[in-house]
Amino acid sequence: MTALLSLAGVTAYYGAIQALKGVDVEVNEGEIVTLIGANGAGKSTLMMTICGSPRARDGRITYDGQDITQLPTHLIMRRDIAQSPEGRRIFPRMSVYENLLMGAHGRPAAEASETMEQVFGLFPRLRERRLQRGGTLSGGEQQMLAIGRALMSRPRLLLLDEPSLGLAPLVVRQIFGAIRELNRTTGLTVLLVEQNAFQALRLAHRGYVLVNGAITMAGTGADLLARPEIRAAYLEGGH
Amino acid sequence: MSGTALRSPAARALRDAFLSALVALGIFGVMVGLRTDPGARSLVLSWHPVPVAVAVAIVFFGRLALSGWRIARPAGTAAPRRLAEGMTHAGRYVAPVFLILALTLPLYAGRYYLDLGILVLTYVMLGWGLNIVVGLAGLLDLGYVAFYAVGAYTFAIAATTFGLGFWTCLPLAGLFAAIFGVLLGFPVLRLRGDYLAIVTLAFGEIVRVVILNWVSLTGGPNGISGIPRPTLFGLTFLADGGPGSFADYFGIEPNITQRVIFLFYVILAMALLTNWVSLRLRRLPLGRAWEALREDEVACRSLGINVTVTKLTAFSIGATFGGFAGAFFATRQAFISPESFTFIESAIVLAIVVLGGLGSQLGVALAALVMIGGSEMLRGIIILGVDLVEYRMLLFGIALVVVMVLRPRGLVSGRTPSVSLGRPREISAELVAEGRG
Ligand SMILES: Nc1ncnc2c1ncn2[C@@H]1O[C@H](COP(=O)(O)OP(=O)(O)O)[C@@H](O)[C@H]1O
Ligand SMILES: [Mg+2]
Repeated sequence: MTALLSLAGVTAYYGAIQALKGVDVEVNEGEIVTLIGANGAGKSTLMMTICGSPRARDGRITYDGQDITQLPTHLIMRRDIAQSPEGRRIFPRMSVYENLLMGAHGRPAAEASETMEQVFGLFPRLRERRLQRGGTLSGGEQQMLAIGRALMSRPRLLLLDEPSLGLAPLVVRQIFGAIRELNRTTGLTVLLVEQNAFQALRLAHRGYVLVNGAITMAGTGADLLARPEIRAAYLEGGH
Repeated sequence: MSGTALRSPAARALRDAFLSALVALGIFGVMVGLRTDPGARSLVLSWHPVPVAVAVAIVFFGRLALSGWRIARPAGTAAPRRLAEGMTHAGRYVAPVFLILALTLPLYAGRYYLDLGILVLTYVMLGWGLNIVVGLAGLLDLGYVAFYAVGAYTFAIAATTFGLGFWTCLPLAGLFAAIFGVLLGFPVLRLRGDYLAIVTLAFGEIVRVVILNWVSLTGGPNGISGIPRPTLFGLTFLADGGPGSFADYFGIEPNITQRVIFLFYVILAMALLTNWVSLRLRRLPLGRAWEALREDEVACRSLGINVTVTKLTAFSIGATFGGFAGAFFATRQAFISPESFTFIESAIVLAIVVLGGLGSQLGVALAALVMIGGSEMLRGIIILGVDLVEYRMLLFGIALVVVMVLRPRGLVSGRTPSVSLGRPREISAELVAEGRG
């Protein structure tokens, strides 16, 4: 079986600083894969490199059998890949409804209302707040909106950058529950970047550990959770 | 400064008012108090203390009143909420009333008011055009006058060298301005905020300087004269009538007012077109992408929006309307020179957009009316020996400061969602975060 998304020997730079040092990652169709690592390890960079900004300097990124390494960002994002970026980045002055519509940008209008119903089914809170301005939502609701907005383009692959950041444990559980539910019922493939290693590894089928721009460990979620070095570095004392 | 916190609000207000009056004394003492009059052999400096005292007193008591109002309305409570709501509700009725007033103006207004109306409408159109760039797409453009100039010169050159008429040249002027919009857009794609503002400011100046120095094409400082007037389906509006003129065709007395009325309706139609296009665009995916871009560029990228194209279309569509307005300016004046396209024009149009409430169509129109019409009304009003019109820039400044203090999001600051479910709902001005975007 070939992977839906694969990165082979990918490097990325910010000016002279190398942020990714030859990364190999594979995500198979229908999987939840998590990428864990400390602050500044390069997790967000890896996610953004998949989207073409910054562009990979070496290596190859293939999606669905096609080389997307050199594609411009907006074309990558139109290939049924969707992203919920770090820090949520919802549109604060637009209503929830308008935010969701932005997620369906460039797609037929008739499809949008149907997809929105599915999003509302997943996050009923968003339906209640659909006329409210995005900036006035709570952190958890904003995260739901960010994920919902990404789902509006009907992706096959969803990239999530630290959805648990700054949220109460109960809300995190709610959001991770929704991701699991989506994956189980629709077969959505998810690449989840997290610092919250414990929860992420419990949710994911497989995981990678990123340290200083390089993958140091890989395995199934349960396997990684059991490893003492993971426990020492990411679970105990951390969150 | 531990004492400051302990002092009573009244004492603080008094101190504050005193400091403001001191600043006012510094400013007005020089600007109003000192005047040069032609003397026997050279200019004679004379000192006028009374107007200075009046100005300083106004500032002192104005500041005191403002502080008093602040104390009466403790921080945290909503700003004049009823006023804000009233304005947004009134908006529904104000716009049609203004439209009817504008449409019927030639019936009861004389030449002077028609000319003033034409001037105001030109700025309304410029404001609506710039609003696309600044208000909707959030790209701070300080060089909008460049497109106004390009439109004016495109028409003037095409008309005087190829003998083309206004209506033939109008699309051409828009097209050229749009091309310049893209030309400006490309280098500034990666810039935001202050950096963008500086480059656009420079762009406006470059265009003006090129016009000033390309004498063979533009006539340099002498400008271009003899620009033809617009015609109504081929009918001219010459002062002496003659065959082929409007007056001749309808068998009425030729009258210069007929041309003024015609020009008035032309600019009214052009301004309304600008408004209609902006309103339509806001509802299209492109317009929504502009608004999203203003809010968060990174998020736009992650949603697959082509940021490059989105920015360039904002610049070029905004520029197109600037170009149209420029062509109209040229045909109305029949003469243009680089002096009409200085930075102050960009600043005035930007002030209109900001004053009106970024993104609000009605607000922009009101702001243009107040700033252009209002400042013209000052002409001839002489207080304490000074003609107020000479202080219009100062009054602009005061108006801007007052509005920014009272209503930081502009006169009409509610944002109507471009899409709504069932009953449209206004996002009230209070909920709109201040100082963002
Ligand atoms: N825009 C940028 N310019 C320069 N360096 C950056 C930029 N973004 C991230 N970095 C650097 O790249 C490294 C990886 O950052 P990032 O991918 O954000 O890490 P993570 O998401 O794992 O916390 C860090 O050392 C960070 O300082
Ligand atoms: Mg990160």
